[in-house]
Amino acid sequence: METVKSTEVTLTPEEKKRVRKKSWKESFTAYLVISPWLLGFFGLVIGPMIYSFYLSFTNYNMLTAPVWTGLSNYVKLFTNDPRFIQALKATFTFVVIAVPLKLAFSLFLALIFNAGKKGSGLFTTIYYIPSIIGGSVAIAVVWRQLFGRNGAVNSMLDSLGLSTISFFGEPNAAMSILVLLVVWQFGAPMIIFLAGLRQIPKDLYEAASVDGAGRIKQFFKITIPMLTPIIFFNLIMEMIGGFMTFTQAFLVTGGGPRDATLFYAVYLYEVAFEFLNMGYASAMAWVLLVIIGFFTLIIFKTSSLWVHYDSDGGK
Amino acid sequence: MKKPKRLSDVIYYVFVIGFSFLMLYPILWMFGSSLKPETEIFSNAISLIPIEVDWLNYPEGWAGFGGFGFDVYFKNSLFVTGSVVVGAILSSSIVAYGFARLRFRFKKVLFACLLSTVMLPMQITLIPQYILFQQFNWVNTFYPLIVPAFLGGTPFFIFLLIQFIRGIPRELDEAAIIDGCSTFGVFWRIILPLLKPALVTVAIFAFMWSWDDFLSPLIYLNSAEIHTISLGLRNFMDAEAGTSWGPLLAMSSLSLLPQLILFMFFQRYLVEGIATTGLK
Repeated sequence: METVKSTEVTLTPEEKKRVRKKSWKESFTAYLVISPWLLGFFGLVIGPMIYSFYLSFTNYNMLTAPVWTGLSNYVKLFTNDPRFIQALKATFTFVVIAVPLKLAFSLFLALIFNAGKKGSGLFTTIYYIPSIIGGSVAIAVVWRQLFGRNGAVNSMLDSLGLSTISFFGEPNAAMSILVLLVVWQFGAPMIIFLAGLRQIPKDLYEAASVDGAGRIKQFFKITIPMLTPIIFFNLIMEMIGGFMTFTQAFLVTGGGPRDATLFYAVYLYEVAFEFLNMGYASAMAWVLLVIIGFFTLIIFKTSSLWVHYDSDGGK
Repeated sequence: MKKPKRLSDVIYYVFVIGFSFLMLYPILWMFGSSLKPETEIFSNAISLIPIEVDWLNYPEGWAGFGGFGFDVYFKNSLFVTGSVVVGAILSSSIVAYGFARLRFRFKKVLFACLLSTVMLPMQITLIPQYILFQQFNWVNTFYPLIVPAFLGGTPFFIFLLIQFIRGIPRELDEAAIIDGCSTFGVFWRIILPLLKPALVTVAIFAFMWSWDDFLSPLIYLNSAEIHTISLGLRNFMDAEAGTSWGPLLAMSSLSLLPQLILFMFFQRYLVEGIATTGLK
């Protein structure tokens, strides 16, 4: 302790001032450098968030000034808006089915490709293509045709001697084709899983097989635990993405039939930009944030039970 | 010992190739059907290969309807997407440099803000942003689609570049500063040239997402003469549902072409960009 102190430089008030000045100048330059983002962050994120929080307590149609109505938007959402409840139900159903399916698929294929057989690079690339274009209007057009009354899927069913399905008339069928469309885009999480699998040290498996652990035991004792941080990341990202799904539902099923696929984002769009009910829509947006925040928090809180990091000491 | 290995190889390739076919079927079906005459799209719905090739869907679709052809939509999409790519590259590279290399007050707090916005649902800011842009008289112009890109609107890009800059040795900056380089000079002469591969990733992602974007054009662009491809296709689909699928599928195919070509050339960057996001 003593020796350390003696080598330390003691600054005179004069010098301290100069250092402070320098750090001020440094800060100023840095703020200038990050100013595009600062401007965007305060102007397009924080400012709008505060304003939308205020709007959520008002009645606002963009023509006349917002009228303060207290909690009435929130009260109406949960007590007097069956379409909102239906939108919640449809969105939950969708997220609960699509997200685990998508993750299971992406993990399964990542495991297959991780074996490193010839050509796996080419196939991962092919499987990634739908993730890139899946949200486009072009693919929505294709889906509408493929699952239409006289579309490819129904002709296939027909030629197999099965009865055709009215995909856009049956609530469950409509939901299924949206799930299929989203699960079809499993390429992105698959690539993230694959990168995670490649980070697992090989000697773990060698040590395990020396100890006599079989393939299945290795999978559950090494692969899955080592992969939990990636599962955690993919789960959160896909869940958030699932809650915000808009384009597909809006274009492929249009929310129907009978609001069966009226996803949260679709209803919010309707309320805001078709009915111009900006206050009510803002309240919806904040409810969405609370819902997503709640589930993210739950996943985070429970993560200590199932997510293993290297710093756990190889648990 | 060799035989079981060969059998597992066969199973692997049968599965992987068969599954590729399923994955690509909708896309191939679209290209195939865009060359079918109208009646064949329904009578020969499953097949990927037209019995009779009919190129007419393309000129017919290109002409569009209601006085606006796809030349207009393509031009608009190219303009918007090009501007977004430029904006994303400029803003995210300089901001990432600031966060990765410079010291400033509240850096930790601001970095946490940056990270949390990666996950922020856009629905929260959608309505007030719309009101804001309306007050600027920007509704029905391209500004609401382009300006956010210049203001670091996609924090994911900034994050990606910060990670990349952290891998560049600091000694390079220090040497440049000793040689008399300014803070901005270090960025321009040292960091930016070394950042090229990561910037390609950003550019490709920015292109893909902006080209595909549907919600923002839907909200902000009212007049048909400034519609992008996404809206052009939507108009087509709504106006002529069930009547002229051939031209609609032809234009859908064309709309995906730039993305698929870019993907073929730059897939390595896209795959790397996605792969690194989950690891940090």
